[in-house]
Amino acid sequence: MLKIDNLHVKLEEEDKQILKGLSLEIPAGQVHAIMGPNGSGKSTLSYVLSGRDGYEVTEGSATLDGESLLDMEPEERAAAGLFLAFQYPVEIPGVGNMTFLRTAVNAQRKARGEEELSSGDFLKLVRAKAAELQISPEMLKRPVNVGFSGGEKKRNEILQMAMLEPRMCIMDETDSGLDVDAMRLVSDGVNALRSPDRSFLVITHYQRLLNHIQPDVVHIMANGRIVKSGGPELALQVEQEGYGDLLAEVG
Amino acid sequence: MADTAVQAKDHTPTVEGTPKPAGALDARLAALTLPQGGFAAAARRDALARLQDMGLPGPRDEYWRYTDPRPFNAPEATAIPVPQEQATPLFETLDRLTLVFVDGAFDEAASDDLALEGVEITTLAKADDANWAADLYGKLEAAGQHPVRRPFAVLNTAAAQDGLLIRVTAKPSKPIHVVHRRASDKADAMWHHVIRVETGAELTLLETGMAGARSNGMIEVDLAEGAVFHHVASKRAIEAKVGIGHIFARVAAKAQFKSFTLSVNGTVMRNEAVIDIAGDDAVAHIAAAVLGDGGVAPFHQDDTVFITHGAERCESRQVFKKVLKNGAEGVFQGKILVKPGAQKTDGYQISQALLLDERSQFLAKPELEIYADDVKCSHGSTTGAIDEEALFYLRSRGVPRERAIVFLVLSFLADALAEIEDEAIRDCIYERLDLWLTLNAVQ
Repeated sequence: MLKIDNLHVKLEEEDKQILKGLSLEIPAGQVHAIMGPNGSGKSTLSYVLSGRDGYEVTEGSATLDGESLLDMEPEERAAAGLFLAFQYPVEIPGVGNMTFLRTAVNAQRKARGEEELSSGDFLKLVRAKAAELQISPEMLKRPVNVGFSGGEKKRNEILQMAMLEPRMCIMDETDSGLDVDAMRLVSDGVNALRSPDRSFLVITHYQRLLNHIQPDVVHIMANGRIVKSGGPELALQVEQEGYGDLLAEVG
Repeated sequence: MADTAVQAKDHTPTVEGTPKPAGALDARLAALTLPQGGFAAAARRDALARLQDMGLPGPRDEYWRYTDPRPFNAPEATAIPVPQEQATPLFETLDRLTLVFVDGAFDEAASDDLALEGVEITTLAKADDANWAADLYGKLEAAGQHPVRRPFAVLNTAAAQDGLLIRVTAKPSKPIHVVHRRASDKADAMWHHVIRVETGAELTLLETGMAGARSNGMIEVDLAEGAVFHHVASKRAIEAKVGIGHIFARVAAKAQFKSFTLSVNGTVMRNEAVIDIAGDDAVAHIAAAVLGDGGVAPFHQDDTVFITHGAERCESRQVFKKVLKNGAEGVFQGKILVKPGAQKTDGYQISQALLLDERSQFLAKPELEIYADDVKCSHGSTTGAIDEEALFYLRSRGVPRERAIVFLVLSFLADALAEIEDEAIRDCIYERLDLWLTLNAVQ
C-alpha cells in the first residue's frame, strides 16, 4: 500500500537534512509502528507524506498504491486515501465541527467522482460514529477543536478518520496527552477501523499505545532513517532498555 | 434661506496649489437641491451655518489622514453605471417590514405599508411641520461634532431630502428592513433617518443594498431608558462606488445599542459611528466585517468610531475585522473617551486585519482617553496572514485550498459576526458571507 524508498528530506528554510534515506513498506491491512528518540525525524515523515509546506524532498520516492504522493497537493493526497491524525489538532474558531466534516467528506467524494452525501445521510452517519467514540452531539456542534480537552481533540481526529475512511492512516503521537481511559477510547476507535484493505502507521514514543493497538511490525527510527525493524517485542525492548543499546548495536 | 446661507465667507486658510476649501464647499452645495421648509427647516439652517464655519475636510485634516476626502468633496458624483446584476435578496426568510429607498428617496409603491404595531413611521420628505422628530433631527449629529468635526454629517443634515422618522413605543413583532436600490448612473444619494426608541421599547433595523453612484446616509438614534436597538447592515458593491455613512447614537440608562455592518467591496467607503453613552448601566456594541478585493475596483474602506462614556457601569465593545486582498486598504480609527465620573466603565476595542497578499494594507489608530480612575479599558489591533498550520490541517482532510481559505476567513470574522444577537439574522449574514466568499474565490 504505502511504499517509501530512500527518502531524503530537508527543511526548506534551514537547509537542514532531516530524513536521510528512509525506506519503508507497509502492505495492505498491516499496522506498522515507528518509535525513535526525539529529533529522529518521525513527525517530519508524517508531514512530508501528507504534504505540508516547508519541506523539500531531495531524493527518493513515496507512493500510495503505486501513485506518487509527493507530486500531489495535500487535498489530493487525502482524496487518494491518506490521512494524518495530528499530534496537535488545530483549533478553528467560528467553523462548526459538523460543517467542516461534511465539507471534507463531500470534497473527497467529489474528487473521487462519487456522489456527495445528503445532509440527512451525513447526519445519521456522523452521529453513529460519534457515539462510538463517546463524542456528544454538543461537541459536534462546537467550532473545530475549540474548547476541546486534549483527549477530546484526539477523539475528534479519530472521528474524522472514521468519517473519511482513508486507506492509509498515519497517526502522529496520538497517545501524547491522553489519560488511560482516553487512550482506550482512541485505541478502540482505531481497532474498529482495522481491515484487510486499510493500513496504519503509528508514530509513538511509548510502547503503552502498542498494547492497545497491536502492530504487525515495529520500526526504530534514528537520525532520519529506519535502523531496525522487528515484531512487537522490539517495542517492549525499547520500553525496558531505552534506545541507547539498540542504537549502539546498529551503529 | 438656503441660498443666502450659501454665500459664506471663507474661514479656511488656503494652501498653494490646492483648491480653496470654501470655494469647494460652495460648489458642493450649489450642485445640491437643498430642501425647503418643514419641521427640519431650523435644523437645516443651523447645519448650513455650521458647515460654512468648518468647511470641507482637506488632506491635512487629522481625521482624514488615511482616507482621501476628495471623492466626497467633489461637487458631482462620478457617474457609475447601475449594474445589470440584481442584488441577491437578503433576510427573505425573515418576517419583516420592508421599506425601499431608490437612490436615497423613499419608494412608497415598492414598500410595505408604513404600519407596524408599536411603531410610528413617517418619511422625512412627507413629514408634517409638527413632527416629533423636530426635537431630534440634527441634534445628535450636532452634539457629535465635538471634539472631532464631521463635515459630511453636517452636509447631510443640511441637504438630505428623505429618510425615515421612526418612533418606537413597544416591542414590534418584526424588524424593519430598509432596502436601498440604485436607479440612476450618477445619483448623489443622501438620506437621513431619525429613530427614537422610547422607554423599554425595542427595535431591530436591517439595512441592505447600495444607493446612488455616491451616497451619504445617516442614522440618528436616541435610546430612552431601557430601550434596545439592534442594527444589522449588509452592503456589497458590485460596482465601483463612493459612500459615507454616519450613525449618531445617544444611549440612556440601561439601554442597549448594538450595530453590525458587513461591507463588501466598493471604491471609497467610510462609516463613522459616534456613540454617546449618557446613562448608567447602558451597553453599546459596534462591530463590522469587511471584505475588500482591490481587484474588483480599487478598495479603500474606513471605519471611524468614537464612543463616549459619560455614565457609570457602562459597557462598550468595538469589534472590527477586515479581510483585504489585491491591494485593498482598510482603515480603523477607534476611540474610547471615558469622562470624569464614568466609573466602572468596561470598554473593549479590537481591530484586526487579515491580509491575503502583500500588496494590501491595514491602517489602525486605536485611541483611549480616560479621565476616571476605576475603569477597565482594553484595546488591541493586529494584522496577519492566513494561518498556514490551520490551512494545512483543513487541506489534509481533503478540503480544497480555496474552500479552506473561505473557512479561515469565516473563522477570522467569527468574533464580529458573534455580535449579531439574533440567530436567524446571524444565519442570514453567514450564508451571504459564505456565498460571496465562494463566488470571490472562484473568480
